[in-house]
Amino acid sequence: MDFQLSEEHRMAQKMVRDFAAKEVIPVIQEWDSKQEMAPHFLPRMGELGIMGINIPVKYGGQGFDYITLGLVCEELEYADSSLRVVMSVHMGLNSMAVLQWGTEDQKQRFLVPQAKGEKVAAFGLTEPDAGSDVAAMTATAVKDGNEYILNGEKMWISLATKADHTLVVCRTDMNADKPTSGMTAFMVENARDGVTSGDIHGKLGVRAGSTGWVNMQDVRIPEENRIGEEGEGFKISMSCLDNGRYTVAAGATGLIKASLDASVKYAQERKTFGVQIAEHQLIQQKIAHMHRDHEMAQLLYLKAGWKKNLGERNTRETSLAKWFATEASFNAASEAVQIHGAYGYSDEYPVERFLRNSKGAVIYEGTNEIHQLVQAAYAFGWRKDRPLRKELPAFDPDVWQE
Amino acid sequence: MKIVVCVKQVPDSAAAIVVEDGKVNWGDAPIVINPWDEYAVEAALQLTEKYGGDVVALSMGGDKAKEALKHALAMGCSEAILINDPELAEMDASGAAKVLAAGIQKVGDVEMAIFGKQAIDNDTGVTPAMTARVLGWPMISLISAVENIADGSIKAKRFMEEGNQIFESKLPAVASIVKDYSDPRYPSFMGIRKASRAEIPNLTAGDLGISKPENKVKWFGVDNPPVRDITNEKIEGETPEEIAANLVSKIMEEKVL
Ligand SMILES: Cc1cc2nc3c(=O)[nH]c(=O)nc-3n(C[C@H](O)[C@H](O)[C@H](O)COP(=O)(O)OP(=O)(O)OC[C@H]3O[C@@H](n4cnc5c(N)ncnc54)[C@H](O)[C@@H]3O)c2cc1C
Repeated sequence: MDFQLSEEHRMAQKMVRDFAAKEVIPVIQEWDSKQEMAPHFLPRMGELGIMGINIPVKYGGQGFDYITLGLVCEELEYADSSLRVVMSVHMGLNSMAVLQWGTEDQKQRFLVPQAKGEKVAAFGLTEPDAGSDVAAMTATAVKDGNEYILNGEKMWISLATKADHTLVVCRTDMNADKPTSGMTAFMVENARDGVTSGDIHGKLGVRAGSTGWVNMQDVRIPEENRIGEEGEGFKISMSCLDNGRYTVAAGATGLIKASLDASVKYAQERKTFGVQIAEHQLIQQKIAHMHRDHEMAQLLYLKAGWKKNLGERNTRETSLAKWFATEASFNAASEAVQIHGAYGYSDEYPVERFLRNSKGAVIYEGTNEIHQLVQAAYAFGWRKDRPLRKELPAFDPDVWQE
Repeated sequence: MKIVVCVKQVPDSAAAIVVEDGKVNWGDAPIVINPWDEYAVEAALQLTEKYGGDVVALSMGGDKAKEALKHALAMGCSEAILINDPELAEMDASGAAKVLAAGIQKVGDVEMAIFGKQAIDNDTGVTPAMTARVLGWPMISLISAVENIADGSIKAKRFMEEGNQIFESKLPAVASIVKDYSDPRYPSFMGIRKASRAEIPNLTAGDLGISKPENKVKWFGVDNPPVRDITNEKIEGETPEEIAANLVSKIMEEKVL
């Protein structure tokens, strides 16, 4: 057992922290109010290599391990959730799926430009009438010669209007015994005829990010864009979630830290009844809870990352980390607002943004109700992980950095 | 062109530093590369990118100083050297200059030695000039831009309070760099990997062929700054005019004016 991060981990963490401190934190409030993504965020994340951090060098990435991905997400969400969301969809839900399930040709065509940050990637599973109940989806893909014709609407899609490639899941077999065995995954280039998209405004949080809809009307894509086999779409999307949820867990850990740091600072500035509010025990209790939760959330996601590095299945650990960290980050942000009193209720301080952002993460990538069902099912022994046709490759520094 | 860039390990600028028994205590403050030195590394890298050559990062200090060197390597320096010898601890700036000059000579064929404008721990800002003196090289301080390097001389701009000065100097020379030069780059991920695997050689006074220079400056003690007793008072009033009037009478009352 070794709880030390390596020097490489610490240097990568510091590099992303410095980037966020210099280029994100000073301007984030402004973009959050505008409800737009700052135009420099995605290009800068690409240039700096963040968007390919844990992809092997031979596929255009930086060749770091899965733990570094977690550390990067923690640092990004310390600044703002919208940046971590980029990593969740671009890396966790899309690029890592290509790494896991893609053919060599697909890795060259999709993964390489994505890892270099030249192309931005998104993930479209949810539909207007199908969220937690994935099997209720209605988008279809019909085979026509060497092509598929896709129709349907995907909703609540992060980076909907920024992405070049969207990994979508559609129904291909209407007569499958179970709807989940009639689904197939496809990589859709957003520039294809028939693809339209738009952003949703008026969101509670992640306002400096893009969340929207992607509509597909008779979109023809070549067979070579099918990820995995026909009928494997549900399994693929669940494996994507093992990676997306990992980034959400790590990011939420950063949000707890941001709430903690803001609260520690404010509690030593604000005085009531002749003393700093830090001296009131009820304030101390809130700080203690935040610190405890930060440590716990970090340990949980690092354990999941460690399992990923070893190439071991981590659905259970990742779900637990996501459930715990996002719930704790919502509580931490709420208590941070409380510690700031009325000032916390205004955008003069960042904590109201933390609270608004934290609410999304208890909904997306499996609502926290769903995660509790998952955890209970494992505990009862009702749920067992079966081997996948293709597992996420274990981290091997020699292969990844060649 | 071979450039040596001298970097120092210092406590983070946000650290709360206290003085105990006449000595500065950094507590458990994170130790980072001196922020001014990041500009020096950036300048050195830009110069070799433009004119070709290598940048060697040089530091003097204990094992902790390796972190500053690794940061420099991760930014793109090709080599790092640490002068790490307990014999050389607790030196004043003139002593440090002698040791660094010996280090620069040991590297050999150096055309420029570049420093940050000062180190944020001692803030003397004299080490670069003293190193130049030991080496017998011109000192070109507070450089904000280099216009050209050709035929063994450098044309550069100095940033001064009165304005800018453009000048030419023979090389080799010692330069110190100011913030206006260019924002330092972040370490790249590839650089981070290279740096984390780098074995940084430790040189001792013996390796440099020097003995410990004698300190010229003696520190008798360091004091904490006096604690300032500050109270805040909000001047209130119904209208801006009334607030202004209240403020004026308060200022008169306190005999500030
Ligand atoms: C900011 C944001 C970004 C998003 N980004 C993406 C994206 O990039 N790609 C993508 O595909 N989707 C994305 N989503 C969609 C997200 O994954 C879904 O919103 C989520 O899966 C929940 O689905 P739903 O909203 O339809 O809620 P529903 O499934 O309708 O759930 C409504 C409520 O019922 C509860 N519930 C449902 N079923 C059960 C049950 N069996 N037992 C107990 N309670 C239950 C839920 O927990 C919830 O409280 C995003 C959402 C948001 C808010």
